[in-house]
Amino acid sequence: MASNILVGVQDLIARDEPAILENWMKEQLASTSMRSDLINDDQLRGQSKNFLRALREGMSGNSTDINGAVWTDMRALLTDLSRQRVRLGFSPSDTARFVFSLKQALFSSLRSAFANKQETLTDAMWQTTTLLDNLGLFTTEAYQLSREEVIKRQQQEMMELSTPVVQLWEGVLALPLIGTLDSSRTQTVMEALLQRIVETGSELAILDITGVPVVDTLTAQHILKTVTATRLMGAECIISGVRPQIAQTIVHLGVDLGDVVTKSTLASALQYAFQRRRLTVKKLADIGA
Amino acid sequence: MESIPILRMGDYLLVTIQVDMHDRLAAALLEDLTGKISKHGARGVLIDISTLELVDSFMGRMLANIALTSRVLDAHTVLVGMRPAVAITLVELGMSLPGIRTALDVERGMALLGSLMGSSVVETGRGGDT
Repeated sequence: MASNILVGVQDLIARDEPAILENWMKEQLASTSMRSDLINDDQLRGQSKNFLRALREGMSGNSTDINGAVWTDMRALLTDLSRQRVRLGFSPSDTARFVFSLKQALFSSLRSAFANKQETLTDAMWQTTTLLDNLGLFTTEAYQLSREEVIKRQQQEMMELSTPVVQLWEGVLALPLIGTLDSSRTQTVMEALLQRIVETGSELAILDITGVPVVDTLTAQHILKTVTATRLMGAECIISGVRPQIAQTIVHLGVDLGDVVTKSTLASALQYAFQRRRLTVKKLADIGA
Repeated sequence: MESIPILRMGDYLLVTIQVDMHDRLAAALLEDLTGKISKHGARGVLIDISTLELVDSFMGRMLANIALTSRVLDAHTVLVGMRPAVAITLVELGMSLPGIRTALDVERGMALLGSLMGSSVVETGRGGDT
């Protein structure tokens, strides 16, 4: 008997579907978390209808374990819905409440259907609650996953944006670093720089760390790695934009910069590069004089 | 058995690695090269590794050994044309090849060798003056 409770509930939903849908819609529209600015009634009704259909299909399997095959449609539907709501700007609780708000509507139907069978009513309530809780949690999880996807994509985009290698002069490249340097970023930066050195045949590369907020041992090590790799390829690397605090940190940490040329500003690094390439910059007036 | 050709150009020796390097080949190269340096009294060695795509720690050590041995035999060694991927691998392996001179391509490598020789000539000249 107890094992068929969900099938019984499913029958009830099949019979009472329009009424349950109406009550549920009312519940959702009245709720404070209803975001009528983000989603309109028709869309919401469509989603609710689909949810009820998928719910009935899942209930026919008579199990509250939503990882089963009968719940495939439901999982797809909830994943889709969460993703859509992330994009629209719903909060996680708003999204989960979509599932939880069905309880009220469903329970009032259950109560009138099993009014004279107290025990069955309790069982049905319990099973339905467990099921809806599971579905709600799944929705939240799906919401979280979509959000993580968004974050990952943005990280990727930022990574690509933040590693421009610019050619300052013939044979002089500059790489302005902005933000913290972690292992994966250093890898991208290093690859981009070395690739450009090969493409342009530049002998000098200026690594500008003005935009790097803090330098710890790891960051310093990453910078040194880049410098060494550049040297191995046959080019020279100059570090510029070393602020006083960063210089202090480097010394405090005991990082040995070896014979790496360091300059305090990008301008002085460029000047050094000109010197190395035997170039001079002069004012036109000086030449005329 | 295959071997890596070593070309003689005046005072210089030119090594161009055109085949896949493997451990025994690298060891043979070290042997050949040191023999040729002392035989011809070469003053400079240029090793072009622009076709080398894969290195491991052994190959890195071999390259370092070749360069340092030549140095002991009084020949300047310049390593040219290292690929980005190879450079990154060597750095990740912790091999920064200290004491080895590098250049972007053969042309610049020859120029560097020239200036190295030039400076030593100037130094001997000065030594003779005083």
